[in-house]
Amino acid sequence: MKTSDQIPSAPLAEIRGISKRFGGVVALDQVNLTIRPGEVIGLVGDNGAGKSTLIKILSGAYLPDQGEILFEGQSVQIRNPRSSKDLGIETVYQDLALVDTLDVPGNIFLGREIVKFGFGPLRVLDKSQMAREAENILQRLGISLESLQAEVGLLSGGQRQSVAISRAILTEPKLIILDEPTAALAVMEVGHVLELVHNLREHNIGLVFISHVLQEVFEVADRIVVLRKGRKVADLVKEEASIDLVVNYMVGKIEEKKTHA
Amino acid sequence: MPNHWRTWALDYGLYVVFALLLLILSQMSPYFFTVSNLLNIGSQVAMIAVVAIGMTMVILMGEIDLSVGSVAALAGAITAGLIHALPSEWPMGLWLAFSITTGMLIGIVAGLVNGLFVVWGGIPSFIVTLGALSIGRGLVLLYTGGRPIFGFGDAFGKISWGHLGPVPLPIVIMLSLYLLAWLFLCKTQLGRYIYAIGANKEAVELAGVNYRRIKIGIFALAGAFSGLAGIMLTARLDSAQPTAAVGWELDVIAAVVLGGASLYGGRGTVAKTLVGAFILQLISNGLNLLEVQAYWQQIAKGSIILAALLVERILRGRR
Ligand SMILES: Nc1ncnc2c1ncn2[C@@H]1O[C@H](COP(=O)(O)OP(=O)(O)O)[C@@H](O)[C@H]1O
Ligand SMILES: [Mg+2]
Repeated sequence: MKTSDQIPSAPLAEIRGISKRFGGVVALDQVNLTIRPGEVIGLVGDNGAGKSTLIKILSGAYLPDQGEILFEGQSVQIRNPRSSKDLGIETVYQDLALVDTLDVPGNIFLGREIVKFGFGPLRVLDKSQMAREAENILQRLGISLESLQAEVGLLSGGQRQSVAISRAILTEPKLIILDEPTAALAVMEVGHVLELVHNLREHNIGLVFISHVLQEVFEVADRIVVLRKGRKVADLVKEEASIDLVVNYMVGKIEEKKTHA
Repeated sequence: MPNHWRTWALDYGLYVVFALLLLILSQMSPYFFTVSNLLNIGSQVAMIAVVAIGMTMVILMGEIDLSVGSVAALAGAITAGLIHALPSEWPMGLWLAFSITTGMLIGIVAGLVNGLFVVWGGIPSFIVTLGALSIGRGLVLLYTGGRPIFGFGDAFGKISWGHLGPVPLPIVIMLSLYLLAWLFLCKTQLGRYIYAIGANKEAVELAGVNYRRIKIGIFALAGAFSGLAGIMLTARLDSAQPTAAVGWELDVIAAVVLGGASLYGGRGTVAKTLVGAFILQLISNGLNLLEVQAYWQQIAKGSIILAALLVERILRGRR
Protein backbone atom coordinates (compact mmCIF):
# COMPACT_ATOMS: atom_id res chain seq x y z
CA MET A 1 0.00 0.00 0.00
CA LYS A 2 1.12 3.49 -0.82
CA THR A 3 1.24 6.15 1.78
CA SER A 4 0.18 9.59 0.68
CA ASP A 5 2.39 11.59 3.07
CA GLN A 6 3.90 13.63 0.29
CA ILE A 7 4.15 17.41 0.30
CA PRO A 8 0.54 18.62 0.13
CA SER A 9 0.11 20.20 -3.28
CA ALA A 10 -2.06 23.23 -3.99
CA PRO A 11 -5.73 22.31 -4.13
CA LEU A 12 -7.21 21.61 -7.54
CA ALA A 13 -10.78 22.35 -6.58
CA GLU A 14 -12.34 23.75 -3.44
CA ILE A 15 -16.04 23.53 -2.80
CA ARG A 16 -17.14 26.02 -0.16
CA GLY A 17 -20.49 26.03 1.60
CA ILE A 18 -22.46 24.53 -1.28
CA SER A 19 -26.20 24.04 -0.71
CA LYS A 20 -28.85 22.72 -3.07
CA ARG A 21 -32.58 22.23 -2.53
CA PHE A 22 -35.13 20.47 -4.72
CA GLY A 23 -38.47 21.85 -3.62
CA GLY A 24 -38.63 20.90 0.06
CA VAL A 25 -35.77 18.41 -0.11
CA VAL A 26 -32.39 19.66 1.07
CA ALA A 27 -30.08 17.62 -1.17
CA LEU A 28 -26.90 19.42 -0.05
CA ASP A 29 -26.41 21.51 3.08
CA GLN A 30 -23.30 23.73 3.40
CA VAL A 31 -20.87 21.18 1.98
CA ASN A 32 -17.12 21.90 1.89
CA LEU A 33 -14.67 19.73 0.00
CA THR A 34 -11.08 20.12 -1.15
CA ILE A 35 -9.68 18.04 -4.00
CA ARG A 36 -5.95 17.84 -4.68
CA PRO A 37 -4.22 16.68 -7.85
CA GLY A 38 -3.15 13.04 -7.77
CA GLU A 39 -5.60 12.31 -5.01
CA VAL A 40 -8.51 9.85 -5.09
CA ILE A 41 -11.44 10.86 -2.97
CA GLY A 42 -13.95 8.18 -2.09
CA LEU A 43 -17.34 9.83 -1.75
CA VAL A 44 -19.74 7.65 0.19
CA GLY A 45 -23.15 7.90 1.77
CA ASP A 46 -26.49 6.17 1.88
CA ASN A 47 -28.97 6.36 -0.99
CA GLY A 48 -30.23 9.92 -1.26
CA ALA A 49 -27.32 11.35 0.76
CA GLY A 50 -26.55 13.87 -1.99
CA LYS A 51 -23.55 12.30 -3.74
CA SER A 52 -24.95 12.56 -7.26
CA THR A 53 -26.19 16.07 -6.63
CA LEU A 54 -22.74 17.19 -5.46
CA ILE A 55 -20.97 15.86 -8.53
CA LYS A 56 -23.67 17.16 -10.85
CA ILE A 57 -22.92 20.63 -9.54
CA LEU A 58 -19.26 20.11 -10.46
CA SER A 59 -20.18 18.79 -13.89
CA GLY A 60 -22.56 21.64 -14.68
CA ALA A 61 -25.79 19.66 -14.68
CA TYR A 62 -27.15 21.59 -11.65
CA LEU A 63 -26.50 25.09 -10.36
CA PRO A 64 -25.95 25.39 -6.60
CA ASP A 65 -28.34 27.58 -4.59
CA GLN A 66 -25.51 28.81 -2.39
CA GLY A 67 -21.77 28.54 -2.03
CA GLU A 68 -18.63 28.98 -4.05
CA ILE A 69 -16.40 26.81 -6.18
CA LEU A 70 -12.71 27.55 -6.61
CA PHE A 71 -10.83 25.81 -9.39
CA GLU A 72 -7.04 26.13 -9.34
CA GLY A 73 -7.46 29.00 -6.95
CA GLN A 74 -9.93 30.94 -9.12
CA SER A 75 -13.57 31.42 -8.22
CA VAL A 76 -15.58 29.85 -11.06
CA GLN A 77 -19.20 29.57 -12.17
CA ILE A 78 -20.06 26.20 -13.67
CA ARG A 79 -23.20 26.97 -15.64
CA ASN A 80 -23.44 24.00 -17.99
CA PRO A 81 -21.64 20.79 -19.01
CA ARG A 82 -19.57 22.76 -21.51
CA SER A 83 -18.12 25.14 -18.93
CA SER A 84 -17.27 22.23 -16.66
CA LYS A 85 -15.40 20.51 -19.49
CA ASP A 86 -13.66 23.76 -20.36
CA LEU A 87 -12.24 23.89 -16.84
CA GLY A 88 -10.88 20.38 -17.26
CA ILE A 89 -13.51 18.40 -15.36
CA GLU A 90 -14.79 15.17 -16.87
CA THR A 91 -17.62 13.14 -15.45
CA VAL A 92 -18.52 9.50 -15.95
CA TYR A 93 -22.19 9.36 -15.12
CA GLN A 94 -23.88 6.55 -13.24
CA ASP A 95 -26.11 5.92 -16.25
CA LEU A 96 -22.99 6.23 -18.46
CA ALA A 97 -24.39 8.67 -21.03
CA LEU A 98 -23.23 6.57 -23.96
CA VAL A 99 -24.93 6.47 -27.34
CA ASP A 100 -25.79 2.79 -27.84
CA THR A 101 -26.04 2.94 -31.61
CA LEU A 102 -22.60 4.51 -32.14
CA ASP A 103 -19.38 2.50 -32.19
CA VAL A 104 -16.55 2.79 -29.66
CA PRO A 105 -14.59 5.68 -31.24
CA GLY A 106 -17.91 7.43 -31.94
CA ASN A 107 -18.65 7.43 -28.24
CA ILE A 108 -15.15 8.28 -27.06
CA PHE A 109 -15.10 11.31 -29.38
CA LEU A 110 -18.74 12.36 -28.98
CA GLY A 111 -18.89 16.15 -28.91
CA ARG A 112 -15.23 16.64 -29.92
CA GLU A 113 -14.92 14.68 -33.12
CA ILE A 114 -11.74 14.99 -35.15
CA VAL A 115 -12.56 16.58 -38.50
CA LYS A 116 -10.63 16.59 -41.75
CA PHE A 117 -12.01 19.85 -43.10
CA GLY A 118 -15.22 21.79 -43.04
CA PHE A 119 -17.47 24.22 -44.85
CA GLY A 120 -19.26 26.29 -42.23
CA PRO A 121 -21.33 23.93 -40.10
CA LEU A 122 -20.52 20.96 -42.34
CA ARG A 123 -17.44 19.28 -40.92
CA VAL A 124 -16.18 16.07 -42.43
CA LEU A 125 -15.26 13.44 -39.84
CA ASP A 126 -11.82 11.87 -39.77
CA LYS A 127 -12.99 8.40 -38.80
CA SER A 128 -9.71 6.58 -39.26
CA GLN A 129 -7.84 9.10 -37.09
CA MET A 130 -10.48 8.75 -34.37
CA ALA A 131 -10.25 4.96 -34.58
CA ARG A 132 -6.46 5.11 -34.20
CA GLU A 133 -6.58 7.47 -31.24
CA ALA A 134 -9.35 5.49 -29.58
CA GLU A 135 -7.18 2.42 -29.86
CA ASN A 136 -4.26 4.29 -28.27
CA ILE A 137 -6.31 5.44 -25.32
CA LEU A 138 -7.76 1.98 -24.74
CA GLN A 139 -4.28 0.53 -24.90
CA ARG A 140 -2.94 3.11 -22.46
CA LEU A 141 -5.64 2.13 -20.01
CA GLY A 142 -4.96 -1.56 -20.59
CA ILE A 143 -8.41 -2.17 -22.03
CA SER A 144 -8.87 -4.75 -24.75
CA LEU A 145 -12.02 -4.87 -26.83
CA GLU A 146 -12.60 -7.38 -29.61
CA SER A 147 -13.83 -4.84 -32.10
CA LEU A 148 -13.96 -1.06 -32.05
CA GLN A 149 -16.64 -1.12 -34.73
CA ALA A 150 -19.13 -2.80 -32.42
CA GLU A 151 -22.15 -0.77 -31.40
CA VAL A 152 -21.60 0.18 -27.80
CA GLY A 153 -25.09 -1.10 -26.96
CA LEU A 154 -23.87 -4.63 -27.63
CA LEU A 155 -20.94 -4.49 -25.16
CA SER A 156 -20.94 -5.82 -21.60
CA GLY A 157 -21.37 -3.51 -18.61
CA GLY A 158 -17.64 -3.52 -17.90
CA GLN A 159 -16.70 -2.82 -21.49
CA ARG A 160 -19.18 0.06 -21.60
CA GLN A 161 -17.67 1.41 -18.40
CA SER A 162 -14.22 1.23 -20.01
CA VAL A 163 -15.50 3.18 -22.99
CA ALA A 164 -17.02 5.80 -20.70
CA ILE A 165 -13.75 6.17 -18.78
CA SER A 166 -11.69 6.37 -21.99
CA ARG A 167 -14.05 9.09 -23.09
CA ALA A 168 -13.35 10.96 -19.87
CA ILE A 169 -9.56 10.88 -20.16
CA LEU A 170 -9.49 11.82 -23.84
CA THR A 171 -8.95 15.52 -23.18
CA GLU A 172 -6.41 14.88 -20.41
CA PRO A 173 -8.63 16.52 -17.80
CA LYS A 174 -7.48 17.73 -14.39
CA LEU A 175 -10.38 16.22 -12.47
CA ILE A 176 -12.36 13.07 -13.19
CA ILE A 177 -15.54 12.20 -11.41
CA LEU A 178 -16.78 8.62 -11.45
CA ASP A 179 -20.35 8.15 -10.21
CA GLU A 180 -20.84 4.53 -9.10
CA PRO A 181 -18.63 3.13 -11.86
CA THR A 182 -18.98 -0.40 -10.54
CA ALA A 183 -22.69 -0.45 -9.71
CA ALA A 184 -23.89 -2.27 -12.80
CA LEU A 185 -20.95 -4.62 -13.22
CA ALA A 186 -20.43 -8.34 -12.90
CA VAL A 187 -18.08 -9.21 -10.02
CA MET A 188 -15.29 -10.13 -12.42
CA GLU A 189 -15.44 -6.78 -14.15
CA VAL A 190 -15.27 -4.75 -10.93
CA GLY A 191 -11.62 -5.61 -10.38
CA HIS A 192 -10.75 -4.36 -13.80
CA VAL A 193 -12.45 -1.00 -13.31
CA LEU A 194 -10.71 -0.53 -9.95
CA GLU A 195 -7.44 -1.21 -11.71
CA LEU A 196 -8.36 1.47 -14.23
CA VAL A 197 -8.90 3.94 -11.42
CA HIS A 198 -5.47 3.04 -10.03
CA ASN A 199 -3.91 3.68 -13.43
CA LEU A 200 -5.64 7.04 -13.72
CA ARG A 201 -4.16 8.22 -10.47
CA GLU A 202 -0.65 7.84 -11.87
CA HIS A 203 -1.49 10.66 -14.28
CA ASN A 204 -1.56 13.16 -11.39
CA ILE A 205 -5.19 14.10 -11.85
CA GLY A 206 -7.78 14.57 -9.15
CA LEU A 207 -10.36 11.82 -8.88
CA VAL A 208 -13.68 11.59 -7.13
CA PHE A 209 -14.90 8.02 -6.86
CA ILE A 210 -18.44 7.34 -5.72
CA SER A 211 -19.50 3.91 -4.58
CA HIS A 212 -21.59 2.39 -1.87
CA VAL A 213 -19.38 -0.68 -1.71
CA LEU A 214 -16.95 0.33 1.02
CA GLN A 215 -14.42 -2.41 0.23
CA GLU A 216 -13.97 -0.87 -3.20
CA VAL A 217 -13.63 2.61 -1.77
CA PHE A 218 -10.94 1.49 0.66
CA GLU A 219 -9.13 -0.22 -2.17
CA VAL A 220 -8.74 2.89 -4.35
CA ALA A 221 -9.29 6.03 -2.26
CA ASP A 222 -6.72 8.17 -0.43
CA ARG A 223 -9.41 10.08 1.44
CA ILE A 224 -12.93 9.13 2.35
CA VAL A 225 -15.69 11.72 2.54
CA VAL A 226 -19.03 10.74 4.05
CA LEU A 227 -22.27 12.50 3.19
CA ARG A 228 -25.39 11.98 5.24
CA LYS A 229 -28.70 13.66 4.44
CA GLY A 230 -26.95 16.34 2.42
CA ARG A 231 -24.30 17.18 5.06
CA LYS A 232 -20.67 16.24 5.09
CA VAL A 233 -20.28 14.26 8.31
CA ALA A 234 -16.72 12.97 7.88
CA ASP A 235 -13.57 13.61 5.87
CA LEU A 236 -10.97 10.99 6.74
CA VAL A 237 -7.53 9.99 5.51
CA LYS A 238 -7.85 6.33 4.62
CA GLU A 239 -5.17 5.24 7.08
CA GLU A 240 -7.13 6.65 10.01
CA ALA A 241 -10.45 5.19 8.84
CA SER A 242 -11.97 1.76 8.97
CA ILE A 243 -15.04 0.29 7.34
CA ASP A 244 -16.80 0.17 10.71
CA LEU A 245 -16.07 3.80 11.42
CA VAL A 246 -17.31 4.91 7.99
CA VAL A 247 -20.48 2.84 8.35
CA ASN A 248 -21.15 4.49 11.69
CA TYR A 249 -20.90 7.91 10.07
CA MET A 250 -23.08 6.82 7.17
CA VAL A 251 -25.93 5.57 9.32
CA GLY A 252 -25.64 8.40 11.82
CA LYS A 253 -24.31 6.47 14.83
CA ILE A 254 -21.57 9.06 15.07
CA GLU A 255 -23.05 12.51 14.59
CA GLU A 256 -20.26 14.98 15.28
CA LYS A 257 -18.39 16.31 12.34
CA LYS A 258 -14.81 15.30 12.12
CA THR A 259 -12.90 17.18 9.50
CA HIS A 260 -9.48 16.58 8.20
CA ALA A 261 -7.68 19.64 6.95
CA MET B 1 -33.53 -18.38 -35.69
CA PRO B 2 -29.73 -18.05 -35.36
CA ASN B 3 -28.52 -14.57 -34.64
CA HIS B 4 -26.49 -14.03 -37.78
CA TRP B 5 -29.54 -14.85 -39.90
CA ARG B 6 -31.46 -12.14 -38.14
CA THR B 7 -28.68 -9.64 -38.67
CA TRP B 8 -28.48 -10.66 -42.30
CA ALA B 9 -32.25 -10.35 -42.75
CA LEU B 10 -32.23 -6.92 -41.10
CA ASP B 11 -29.34 -5.73 -43.25
CA TYR B 12 -30.29 -7.21 -46.63
CA GLY B 13 -33.92 -8.39 -46.42
CA LEU B 14 -35.07 -5.16 -48.00
CA TYR B 15 -32.94 -5.69 -51.11
CA VAL B 16 -34.25 -9.24 -51.45
CA VAL B 17 -37.83 -7.97 -51.38
CA PHE B 18 -36.91 -5.31 -53.94
CA ALA B 19 -35.32 -7.90 -56.26
CA LEU B 20 -38.29 -10.23 -55.88
CA LEU B 21 -40.69 -7.42 -56.79
CA LEU B 22 -38.66 -6.61 -59.90
CA LEU B 23 -38.74 -10.29 -60.85
CA ILE B 24 -42.48 -10.65 -60.29
CA LEU B 25 -43.32 -7.46 -62.18
CA SER B 26 -41.16 -8.40 -65.14
CA GLN B 27 -43.03 -11.72 -65.31
CA MET B 28 -46.37 -9.92 -65.17
CA SER B 29 -45.68 -7.54 -68.02
CA PRO B 30 -43.17 -7.73 -70.89
CA TYR B 31 -43.30 -3.95 -70.96
CA PHE B 32 -42.03 -3.60 -67.36
CA PHE B 33 -38.30 -3.94 -67.98
CA THR B 34 -38.11 -1.32 -70.70
CA VAL B 35 -35.97 1.75 -70.18
CA SER B 36 -38.88 4.12 -70.66
CA ASN B 37 -41.03 2.35 -68.08
CA LEU B 38 -38.22 2.28 -65.52
CA LEU B 39 -37.51 5.99 -66.05
CA ASN B 40 -41.21 6.63 -65.70
CA ILE B 41 -41.33 4.78 -62.38
CA GLY B 42 -38.32 6.83 -61.26
CA SER B 43 -40.08 10.09 -62.12
CA GLN B 44 -43.22 9.01 -60.30
CA VAL B 45 -41.38 8.11 -57.13
CA ALA B 46 -39.15 11.20 -57.12
CA MET B 47 -41.41 13.54 -55.14
CA ILE B 48 -42.22 11.09 -52.36
CA ALA B 49 -38.56 10.09 -52.31
CA VAL B 50 -37.39 13.70 -51.94
CA VAL B 51 -39.73 14.29 -49.01
CA ALA B 52 -38.56 11.00 -47.52
CA ILE B 53 -34.99 12.36 -47.20
CA GLY B 54 -36.12 14.98 -44.70
CA MET B 55 -38.45 12.49 -43.04
CA THR B 56 -35.58 10.04 -42.58
CA MET B 57 -33.54 12.69 -40.77
CA VAL B 58 -36.51 13.69 -38.62
CA ILE B 59 -37.23 10.05 -37.73
CA LEU B 60 -33.53 9.42 -37.03
CA MET B 61 -33.80 12.10 -34.34
CA GLY B 62 -36.74 10.22 -32.83
CA GLU B 63 -39.31 12.73 -34.11
CA ILE B 64 -41.97 12.68 -36.83
CA ASP B 65 -43.34 15.17 -39.37
CA LEU B 66 -46.98 14.69 -40.36
CA SER B 67 -47.23 18.08 -42.05
CA VAL B 68 -45.21 17.23 -45.19
CA GLY B 69 -48.22 17.00 -47.55
CA SER B 70 -49.74 20.29 -46.42
CA VAL B 71 -46.39 22.05 -46.51
CA ALA B 72 -45.74 20.71 -50.02
CA ALA B 73 -49.17 21.88 -51.18
CA LEU B 74 -48.69 25.31 -49.64
CA ALA B 75 -45.27 25.77 -51.25
CA GLY B 76 -46.66 24.57 -54.59
CA ALA B 77 -49.69 26.86 -54.43
CA ILE B 78 -47.72 29.95 -53.48
CA THR B 79 -45.17 29.30 -56.21
CA ALA B 80 -48.06 28.87 -58.67
CA GLY B 81 -49.76 32.07 -57.54
CA LEU B 82 -46.52 34.01 -57.85
CA ILE B 83 -45.81 32.72 -61.36
CA HIS B 84 -49.23 33.96 -62.45
CA ALA B 85 -48.53 37.35 -60.94
CA LEU B 86 -45.50 37.94 -63.21
CA PRO B 87 -44.91 41.70 -63.23
CA SER B 88 -44.40 43.06 -66.74
CA GLU B 89 -41.01 44.62 -66.01
CA TRP B 90 -39.42 41.31 -64.78
CA PRO B 91 -37.78 38.88 -67.16
CA MET B 92 -39.60 35.54 -67.09
CA GLY B 93 -36.62 33.41 -66.02
CA LEU B 94 -35.72 35.61 -63.08
CA TRP B 95 -39.32 35.73 -61.90
CA LEU B 96 -39.57 31.94 -62.08
CA ALA B 97 -36.45 31.63 -59.97
CA PHE B 98 -37.90 34.10 -57.48
CA SER B 99 -41.22 32.22 -57.31
CA ILE B 100 -39.53 28.87 -56.77
CA THR B 101 -37.19 30.29 -54.12
CA THR B 102 -40.14 31.79 -52.29
CA GLY B 103 -41.97 28.45 -52.40
CA MET B 104 -38.93 26.74 -50.89
CA LEU B 105 -38.67 29.45 -48.22
CA ILE B 106 -42.31 28.80 -47.30
CA GLY B 107 -41.33 25.18 -46.71
CA ILE B 108 -38.32 26.18 -44.62
CA VAL B 109 -40.37 28.59 -42.49
CA ALA B 110 -43.04 25.94 -41.91
CA GLY B 111 -40.36 23.47 -40.83
CA LEU B 112 -38.75 26.08 -38.61
CA VAL B 113 -42.06 26.73 -36.86
CA ASN B 114 -42.54 22.98 -36.37
CA GLY B 115 -39.06 22.71 -34.92
CA LEU B 116 -39.49 25.67 -32.57
CA PHE B 117 -42.73 24.30 -31.19
CA VAL B 118 -41.19 20.87 -30.68
CA VAL B 119 -37.94 22.05 -29.12
CA TRP B 120 -38.80 25.24 -27.23
CA GLY B 121 -42.49 24.51 -26.77
CA GLY B 122 -41.72 21.03 -25.52
CA ILE B 123 -44.70 19.63 -27.43
CA PRO B 124 -44.37 16.16 -29.01
CA SER B 125 -43.67 16.44 -32.73
CA PHE B 126 -46.59 14.13 -33.44
CA ILE B 127 -48.99 16.78 -32.11
CA VAL B 128 -47.15 19.84 -33.43
CA THR B 129 -47.00 18.54 -36.97
CA LEU B 130 -50.56 17.21 -36.83
CA GLY B 131 -51.59 20.78 -36.08
CA ALA B 132 -49.36 22.02 -38.89
CA LEU B 133 -50.96 19.50 -41.25
CA SER B 134 -54.34 21.04 -40.56
CA ILE B 135 -53.21 24.67 -40.56
CA GLY B 136 -51.16 24.19 -43.73
CA ARG B 137 -54.07 22.66 -45.61
CA GLY B 138 -56.35 25.44 -44.39
CA LEU B 139 -53.88 28.03 -45.71
CA VAL B 140 -53.77 26.27 -49.09
CA LEU B 141 -57.56 26.35 -49.33
CA LEU B 142 -57.62 30.00 -48.31
CA TYR B 143 -54.90 30.97 -50.77
CA THR B 144 -56.40 29.09 -53.71
CA GLY B 145 -59.99 29.82 -52.78
CA GLY B 146 -60.54 26.08 -53.17
CA ARG B 147 -59.86 26.30 -56.93
CA PRO B 148 -56.80 24.99 -58.77
CA ILE B 149 -54.22 27.42 -60.12
CA PHE B 150 -52.99 26.14 -63.49
CA GLY B 151 -51.13 26.84 -66.71
CA PHE B 152 -47.53 27.99 -66.18
CA GLY B 153 -45.85 27.45 -69.53
CA ASP B 154 -43.03 25.16 -70.60
CA ALA B 155 -40.15 26.73 -68.72
CA PHE B 156 -41.61 25.91 -65.30
CA GLY B 157 -42.82 22.48 -66.47
CA LYS B 158 -39.19 21.54 -67.22
CA ILE B 159 -38.63 20.91 -63.49
CA SER B 160 -40.71 17.76 -63.85
CA TRP B 161 -40.69 17.07 -67.60
CA GLY B 162 -37.21 18.17 -68.63
CA HIS B 163 -34.27 15.85 -69.18
CA LEU B 164 -30.56 15.81 -68.51
CA GLY B 165 -29.33 13.72 -71.41
CA PRO B 166 -31.71 10.78 -71.42
CA VAL B 167 -32.56 11.05 -67.72
CA PRO B 168 -35.71 12.89 -66.57
CA LEU B 169 -34.91 15.85 -64.32
CA PRO B 170 -36.95 14.57 -61.34
CA ILE B 171 -34.68 11.54 -61.24
CA VAL B 172 -31.59 13.75 -61.47
CA ILE B 173 -32.88 15.93 -58.64
CA MET B 174 -33.78 12.91 -56.52
CA LEU B 175 -30.50 11.08 -56.99
CA SER B 176 -28.31 14.11 -56.41
CA LEU B 177 -30.18 14.97 -53.22
CA TYR B 178 -29.85 11.38 -52.03
CA LEU B 179 -26.13 11.46 -52.71
CA LEU B 180 -25.75 14.70 -50.75
CA ALA B 181 -27.91 13.43 -47.88
CA TRP B 182 -25.89 10.23 -47.73
CA LEU B 183 -22.64 12.19 -47.55
CA PHE B 184 -24.13 14.47 -44.93
CA LEU B 185 -25.38 11.68 -42.67
CA CYS B 186 -22.41 9.33 -42.98
CA LYS B 187 -19.47 11.65 -43.28
CA THR B 188 -20.16 14.78 -41.27
CA GLN B 189 -20.22 15.66 -37.61
CA LEU B 190 -23.77 17.05 -37.84
CA GLY B 191 -24.93 13.85 -39.52
CA ARG B 192 -23.50 11.83 -36.67
CA TYR B 193 -25.23 14.06 -34.13
CA ILE B 194 -28.56 13.42 -35.87
CA TYR B 195 -28.15 9.71 -35.14
CA ALA B 196 -26.89 10.33 -31.63
CA ILE B 197 -29.75 12.69 -30.77
CA GLY B 198 -32.24 9.99 -31.67
CA ALA B 199 -30.42 7.33 -29.69
CA ASN B 200 -29.68 9.34 -26.53
CA LYS B 201 -30.16 13.08 -26.57
CA GLU B 202 -29.12 13.45 -22.91
CA ALA B 203 -25.73 11.97 -23.76
CA VAL B 204 -25.38 14.41 -26.63
CA GLU B 205 -26.23 17.31 -24.36
CA LEU B 206 -23.81 16.16 -21.65
CA ALA B 207 -21.14 15.96 -24.35
CA GLY B 208 -21.60 19.72 -24.70
CA VAL B 209 -23.49 19.70 -28.01
CA ASN B 210 -26.44 22.07 -28.47
CA TYR B 211 -28.85 19.43 -29.74
CA ARG B 212 -31.84 21.80 -29.70
CA ARG B 213 -30.41 23.96 -32.46
CA ILE B 214 -29.68 20.90 -34.55
CA LYS B 215 -33.22 19.59 -34.11
CA ILE B 216 -34.77 22.88 -35.19
CA GLY B 217 -32.43 23.02 -38.17
CA ILE B 218 -33.37 19.55 -39.34
CA PHE B 219 -37.08 20.31 -39.11
CA ALA B 220 -36.42 23.35 -41.29
CA LEU B 221 -34.43 21.24 -43.74
CA ALA B 222 -37.29 18.73 -43.90
CA GLY B 223 -39.59 21.66 -44.69
CA ALA B 224 -37.31 22.61 -47.58
CA PHE B 225 -37.58 19.10 -49.02
CA SER B 226 -41.39 19.20 -48.72
CA GLY B 227 -41.44 22.60 -50.39
CA LEU B 228 -39.28 21.40 -53.27
CA ALA B 229 -41.44 18.30 -53.77
CA GLY B 230 -44.58 20.47 -53.76
CA ILE B 231 -43.07 22.64 -56.51
CA MET B 232 -42.11 19.52 -58.49
CA LEU B 233 -45.71 18.29 -58.18
CA THR B 234 -47.11 21.62 -59.37
CA ALA B 235 -44.80 21.51 -62.37
CA ARG B 236 -45.67 17.89 -63.09
CA LEU B 237 -49.42 18.53 -63.08
CA ASP B 238 -49.07 22.04 -64.54
CA SER B 239 -51.47 22.97 -61.77
CA ALA B 240 -51.58 23.59 -58.02
CA GLN B 241 -54.56 21.71 -56.66
CA PRO B 242 -56.11 22.63 -53.31
CA THR B 243 -55.98 18.92 -52.46
CA ALA B 244 -52.46 18.39 -53.79
CA ALA B 245 -50.26 16.00 -51.82
CA VAL B 246 -53.04 14.93 -49.47
CA GLY B 247 -51.89 11.79 -47.69
CA TRP B 248 -48.22 12.16 -48.60
CA GLU B 249 -47.25 11.73 -44.98
CA LEU B 250 -48.44 8.12 -45.14
CA ASP B 251 -46.47 7.27 -48.28
CA VAL B 252 -43.37 9.01 -47.02
CA ILE B 253 -43.41 7.50 -43.56
CA ALA B 254 -44.12 4.13 -45.17
CA ALA B 255 -41.02 4.50 -47.36
CA VAL B 256 -38.84 5.39 -44.38
CA VAL B 257 -40.20 2.62 -42.20
CA LEU B 258 -39.98 0.03 -44.98
CA GLY B 259 -36.39 1.15 -45.32
CA GLY B 260 -35.86 -0.05 -41.77
CA ALA B 261 -35.45 3.23 -39.90
CA SER B 262 -36.51 2.87 -36.28
CA LEU B 263 -39.37 5.11 -35.16
CA TYR B 264 -37.56 5.31 -31.80
CA GLY B 265 -34.69 7.11 -33.50
CA GLY B 266 -30.99 6.45 -34.01
CA ARG B 267 -31.26 3.80 -36.74
CA GLY B 268 -31.79 4.04 -40.49
CA THR B 269 -30.13 5.13 -43.72
CA VAL B 270 -31.27 7.25 -46.65
CA ALA B 271 -30.16 4.57 -49.12
CA LYS B 272 -32.64 2.15 -47.63
CA THR B 273 -35.33 4.79 -47.52
CA LEU B 274 -34.89 5.22 -51.27
CA VAL B 275 -35.28 1.46 -51.77
CA GLY B 276 -38.35 1.60 -49.51
CA ALA B 277 -39.88 4.34 -51.67
CA PHE B 278 -39.23 2.29 -54.82
CA ILE B 279 -40.75 -0.83 -53.27
CA LEU B 280 -43.95 1.08 -52.52
CA GLN B 281 -44.08 2.44 -56.05
CA LEU B 282 -43.46 -1.02 -57.53
CA ILE B 283 -46.21 -2.53 -55.42
CA SER B 284 -48.60 0.12 -56.60
CA ASN B 285 -47.54 -0.47 -60.23
CA GLY B 286 -48.04 -4.19 -59.78
CA LEU B 287 -51.49 -3.72 -58.33
CA ASN B 288 -52.34 -1.49 -61.27
CA LEU B 289 -51.13 -4.15 -63.69
CA LEU B 290 -53.36 -6.63 -61.88
CA GLU B 291 -56.16 -4.08 -62.18
CA VAL B 292 -56.75 -4.05 -58.45
CA GLN B 293 -59.28 -1.41 -57.42
CA ALA B 294 -57.87 1.77 -55.83
CA TYR B 295 -59.73 1.10 -52.56
CA TRP B 296 -58.00 -2.24 -52.22
CA GLN B 297 -54.69 -0.58 -52.99
CA GLN B 298 -55.14 1.66 -49.95
CA ILE B 299 -55.77 -1.37 -47.80
CA ALA B 300 -52.81 -3.21 -49.25
CA LYS B 301 -50.48 -0.26 -48.59
CA GLY B 302 -51.49 0.07 -44.96
CA SER B 303 -51.15 -3.67 -44.43
CA ILE B 304 -47.68 -3.70 -45.93
CA ILE B 305 -46.48 -1.01 -43.52
CA LEU B 306 -47.85 -2.87 -40.53
CA ALA B 307 -46.39 -6.17 -41.73
CA ALA B 308 -42.98 -4.56 -42.32
CA LEU B 309 -42.95 -3.12 -38.80
CA LEU B 310 -43.99 -6.45 -37.32
CA VAL B 311 -41.29 -8.37 -39.18
CA GLU B 312 -38.65 -5.88 -38.11
CA ARG B 313 -39.79 -6.04 -34.51
CA ILE B 314 -39.59 -9.85 -34.54
CA LEU B 315 -36.16 -9.79 -36.15
CA ARG B 316 -34.80 -7.26 -33.68
CA GLY B 317 -36.10 -9.19 -30.69
CA ARG B 318 -36.95 -7.05 -27.70
CA ARG B 319 -35.25 -3.87 -28.87
N1 LIG C 1 -33.60 16.42 -9.95
C1 LIG C 1 -34.08 16.22 -8.71
N2 LIG C 1 -35.33 16.65 -8.40
C2 LIG C 1 -35.82 16.47 -7.15
N3 LIG C 1 -35.15 15.88 -6.15
C3 LIG C 1 -33.90 15.43 -6.40
C4 LIG C 1 -33.31 15.58 -7.69
N4 LIG C 1 -32.06 15.05 -7.67
C5 LIG C 1 -31.89 14.58 -6.41
N5 LIG C 1 -32.98 14.82 -5.65
C6 LIG C 1 -33.13 14.49 -4.23
O1 LIG C 1 -32.00 14.96 -3.56
C7 LIG C 1 -31.56 14.00 -2.60
C8 LIG C 1 -30.14 13.59 -2.91
O2 LIG C 1 -30.12 12.78 -4.10
P1 LIG C 1 -28.82 12.23 -4.79
O3 LIG C 1 -27.84 13.33 -4.90
O4 LIG C 1 -29.23 11.56 -6.04
O5 LIG C 1 -28.31 11.14 -3.74
P2 LIG C 1 -27.28 9.95 -3.93
O6 LIG C 1 -26.62 10.08 -5.24
O7 LIG C 1 -26.35 10.11 -2.76
O8 LIG C 1 -28.07 8.68 -3.81
C9 LIG C 1 -32.54 12.86 -2.65
O9 LIG C 1 -33.51 13.08 -1.63
C10 LIG C 1 -33.16 12.99 -4.02
O10 LIG C 1 -34.48 12.50 -3.98
MG1 LIG D 1 -26.60 8.61 -7.04
